[in-house]
Amino acid sequence: MMKYSNTQLSWLVILRIAIGWHFLYEGMVKLMNPNWSSVGFLLDSNGFLESFFYSLSSDPSLVYLIDLLNIWGLILIGLGLILGFLARPACIFGIILLSMYYLSHPPFAGLRYAVPSEGSYLIINKTLIELIALAVLFVFPSSSIVGIDRFIFKK
Amino acid sequence: MKRRDLIKGFATVPVLGAFAYAWYKKRNYERYLKDNILEEIQLKATAPEVPSSGPMDKKIRLGLIGYGIRGKQLARAAGFAHPELIDSWIKSASENGSDNRYKEFLEQDDLNVVLNGVCDIFETYGHMAQEAGANIFREGGGGKMGPAPKRYHNYQDLINAEDIDAVIIATPDHWHGPMTIAAANAGKHVYVEKPMTWSVEETYEVRKAVQENNVVFQLGHQGRQTESYFKAKEAVDKGLLGKITLIEVTTNRNDPNGAWVYPIHEDANPNTIDWQQFIGQAPDHPFSLERFFRWRCWWDYSTGLSGDLLTHEFDAINQILGLGIPHAAVSSGGIYYFKDGRTVPDVLHTVYEYPHRGLSMVYSATLANNRKRGRVIMGHDASMELSSDLIIKADPRSTRYEAKIKEGIIDPALPLFTYSPGMQNVDAVTSPTEQYFAGRGLLYTHRGGKWVNTTHLHIKDWLNCIRNGGTTSCNIEQGFEEAIAAHMGTIAYKENRKVFWDADNERIV
Repeated sequence: MMKYSNTQLSWLVILRIAIGWHFLYEGMVKLMNPNWSSVGFLLDSNGFLESFFYSLSSDPSLVYLIDLLNIWGLILIGLGLILGFLARPACIFGIILLSMYYLSHPPFAGLRYAVPSEGSYLIINKTLIELIALAVLFVFPSSSIVGIDRFIFKK
Repeated sequence: MKRRDLIKGFATVPVLGAFAYAWYKKRNYERYLKDNILEEIQLKATAPEVPSSGPMDKKIRLGLIGYGIRGKQLARAAGFAHPELIDSWIKSASENGSDNRYKEFLEQDDLNVVLNGVCDIFETYGHMAQEAGANIFREGGGGKMGPAPKRYHNYQDLINAEDIDAVIIATPDHWHGPMTIAAANAGKHVYVEKPMTWSVEETYEVRKAVQENNVVFQLGHQGRQTESYFKAKEAVDKGLLGKITLIEVTTNRNDPNGAWVYPIHEDANPNTIDWQQFIGQAPDHPFSLERFFRWRCWWDYSTGLSGDLLTHEFDAINQILGLGIPHAAVSSGGIYYFKDGRTVPDVLHTVYEYPHRGLSMVYSATLANNRKRGRVIMGHDASMELSSDLIIKADPRSTRYEAKIKEGIIDPALPLFTYSPGMQNVDAVTSPTEQYFAGRGLLYTHRGGKWVNTTHLHIKDWLNCIRNGGTTSCNIEQGFEEAIAAHMGTIAYKENRKVFWDADNERIV
């Protein structure tokens, strides 16, 4: 069990909630839109894993599975982070999802995408920063102090 | 459990409440905008009514004249692909999982037709057409084949054959008229590629032959089957655009193939090509491989940009607005880039006047630039962009939408209405990203959004009218309008003058 000052703990929890909120909203938006599909994103992939992401998009039943995993992955990770419920596994799954998003659209020099980006990025983008922030949250857990994990893991 | 534990354990739960509240507010606002817009435009985002077809039990015996680039596509759309093409599709699909051409071809409806005769005056294409016609099981090389269609060396013999009910004509432009007339006079139904005719005089004769012999005629503007055009017509009929004054249609291409510099087949020579039959009514000319394969580059056999590409644009607009033959036409342009001996222009602009409708249609084309300029119908209240998708944007100075623009309900920068065929439950207001993908056709690759070839649907429509009566979607009247409009543009260009349509006497003056 980590020892934090109140200020340290507060900011860790705020960071956890903020990322959780973002995941939850991304998941809900996709859930509520009957036309949402990962296929466009997969087909827009670029970089060294491009052919892997292309191949994922070619099989409709696989796309269906990817869509489900994305929607419910995002929602459950979001809820886990906000509530501090199984927050560390949520961090791991969040990192896996974000690494997929990052690797399918790496902001490397010379790669261009159909989806316009809202900022200027070189190698580091907000997806990667969110991923790193999740890694920080994994290393500095707060859910067993503030969160439902307090009832699961404490004592 | 201590009180302190409970407080700390559930400390973040209220965040979910805040999330739910924010979510609810946002959804409500979006719903409010959407309901307001839908109420204003009264246009459903569901698929438009598309004419359905009747029973297909009667087998129709087809003949195909011309197995060049377009002839091959038409044969395929009717269900007959060459085994080598299928081999190449299978190979390509094994290398690239998202290449669905073979799968889509297998899924293409069986039209209950048999190809009994083929005619091409180039030996190699004639043989290939036979092989394609025999491929009734849609297999690759070495697969099971049906009986091969008879090969004709002369189109007259094919047209007069007892075992042929209907012909598909995919020859150079200067043969469209004579073949259609001959087929109609022999009582055969005709599907002919656009443009309907090469000369003005033929246009009247084709109409006469088709009407007098009462054959089912379809002109090859497969765009007639495009779902978004049906929706576009609905929107225009509802007056969503307000008073329409200008229509802008364009062609931009920038590669040799797009400029009709087609490859010359290695087997082609004076012994394998019936040159005299190729010439037909065109001025005599010594044998030329260039002229045979790249015939679109010469007025002698072609109708240039007007006949090849303007006609598609004209027909699309004619389908939506029912404009008919324009009152007047002017054209300008020239041979600016492809100085390869061609006689037809590679840059062309034609303006059609419709004073009784109070609007002009501008066609503008270049074969040496690939910029996407699209196809836009401009009204006082809104503009409509048309491709496989349809996008309507309110005009910032619109009278009709003025109040709603002021209230912030309608944003002229965003689409007022979009329609992407193949998408179910399309929202009237979609996100920019969705729009972006829709524009690139990426949304149709899966889930209900099945790709269907429009040429296939166009042939199906023709066959349906042969079997069950009714009128084809690009019938002889519309073909007549298309051909006259194209000829007016061409004459205006060639003679460098304003050309008029004398509607009372049905003459170009």
